[in-house]
Amino acid sequence: MYPAPFRYHRPANLKEAILMLSTLGETAKPLAGGQTLIPILKLRMDEPTDLVDIGRLPDLRFARNEGGWVEIGALSPHGWVARSDIAKAIPIIKDCAGGIADMQVRSRGTIGGSVSAADPNCDWPALLNTLDAEVRCVGPDGERAIAIGDFITEAYTTALLPGELVTAIRFRTPPPGSGGAYIAYKKAAAAFPVVSVGVQMTLAAGNVCQDVRIALGGSGPTPRRAIQAEAELRGKTLDSQAWQHAADAVAAVAEPTDDVRGSSEFKRQLLRGLLLKAGGTATRRCANATIEGSHVYA
Amino acid sequence: MPDAINKVTIDVTVNGRKFRRQVEPRMLLVEFIREEIGLTGTHIGCDTSYCGACTIQIDGAPVKSCTMFAVQADGCEILTVEGLEKDGQLHPLQQSFSEHHGLQCGFCTPGMLMATHALLADNPHPDRHAIKKAIAGNVCRCTGYQNIIKAVEAVAAGAKE
Repeated sequence: MYPAPFRYHRPANLKEAILMLSTLGETAKPLAGGQTLIPILKLRMDEPTDLVDIGRLPDLRFARNEGGWVEIGALSPHGWVARSDIAKAIPIIKDCAGGIADMQVRSRGTIGGSVSAADPNCDWPALLNTLDAEVRCVGPDGERAIAIGDFITEAYTTALLPGELVTAIRFRTPPPGSGGAYIAYKKAAAAFPVVSVGVQMTLAAGNVCQDVRIALGGSGPTPRRAIQAEAELRGKTLDSQAWQHAADAVAAVAEPTDDVRGSSEFKRQLLRGLLLKAGGTATRRCANATIEGSHVYA
Repeated sequence: MPDAINKVTIDVTVNGRKFRRQVEPRMLLVEFIREEIGLTGTHIGCDTSYCGACTIQIDGAPVKSCTMFAVQADGCEILTVEGLEKDGQLHPLQQSFSEHHGLQCGFCTPGMLMATHALLADNPHPDRHAIKKAIAGNVCRCTGYQNIIKAVEAVAAGAKE
């Protein structure tokens, strides 16, 4: 399958890329790792006139933890992030980055590309909602940071303006006593997740939940915060009753569609189970337990 | 659709040999390898980034060559299944696939070899779980996975520290 013809450009730096995209207009598209865009082009669901290859722009592959912020460069491939020191220190990052699709896709697919693609079932958008991340962008009018919840506005749609590119993702370094887990349920490695759940929390003495964020993937056109579920846990002792209430709240807020991956009722039940599983892992990680997370396959 | 599309000149190294070619920007890397370079060991299975039959290595990293444009490989080192043998001798991994009956129809084999070759370069002693994770993006429609895993385990067991 061949995409429709397009012109190819490879800018030398970020400034040149932004200028190119602004000049070429809205029928031009940036190409990073291409793991979302190329399949879309091959299906001719989009036919851009020009592709601006930003995949080799310098200085956009990094992962650092400095001054209370974790920051990951937009062109960091998933597999590279999964092997970084950030992933070792923050297990929820490794759950997500190391479980996206398969090894080959993780070689080329990038975090910046994943959030810009804004697929409702993709992993990074759900995970970054769990971590209350910001998306750093630069465009013709300069730099700005957008909260992930405002960045993805609709399915496959972002707040990026013409000529604007994602340069990095950042979130607050989790405080001591924190732990998280991200689990996606997939039919196979290369398939999109059916649904996914991310839980990031901070525990105080006596198994009391000091703070928690829960986000759901595949549960609506954009990643969904489970705010009521968080309220069922925050400030409470985390016993099985609290988790059951949170699971009820997760099922209530989710609006998964009926599709080839399953009925909406099936997906709601799946979300309940994934929340309990992710919650259990997150709790143990708060106490520094080492638990290898992985996506759950059918 | 743009009126005129200029071809782009790219320089690539494939299995140690240098090539310069002019390609249309939309040419997929797998088509480039098969049609322009003439190396047909890299297979097109699903053409949707699912099956992994087109797996090759770019600068050592395993990628699905149906989900990359040839222009993106400009300046890169490409390794295909034809590059595994040395001086007419099969690579130990190829030899092991043969000895353990790690192939039935053989269609997925080039992709399986390139994926597991990348795994062993990164981790010479993978356990069973790591091997299964490494071939999660490669489909064997004969379902001959057990022998593929055995073949990789045998190489890992014999690998020098």
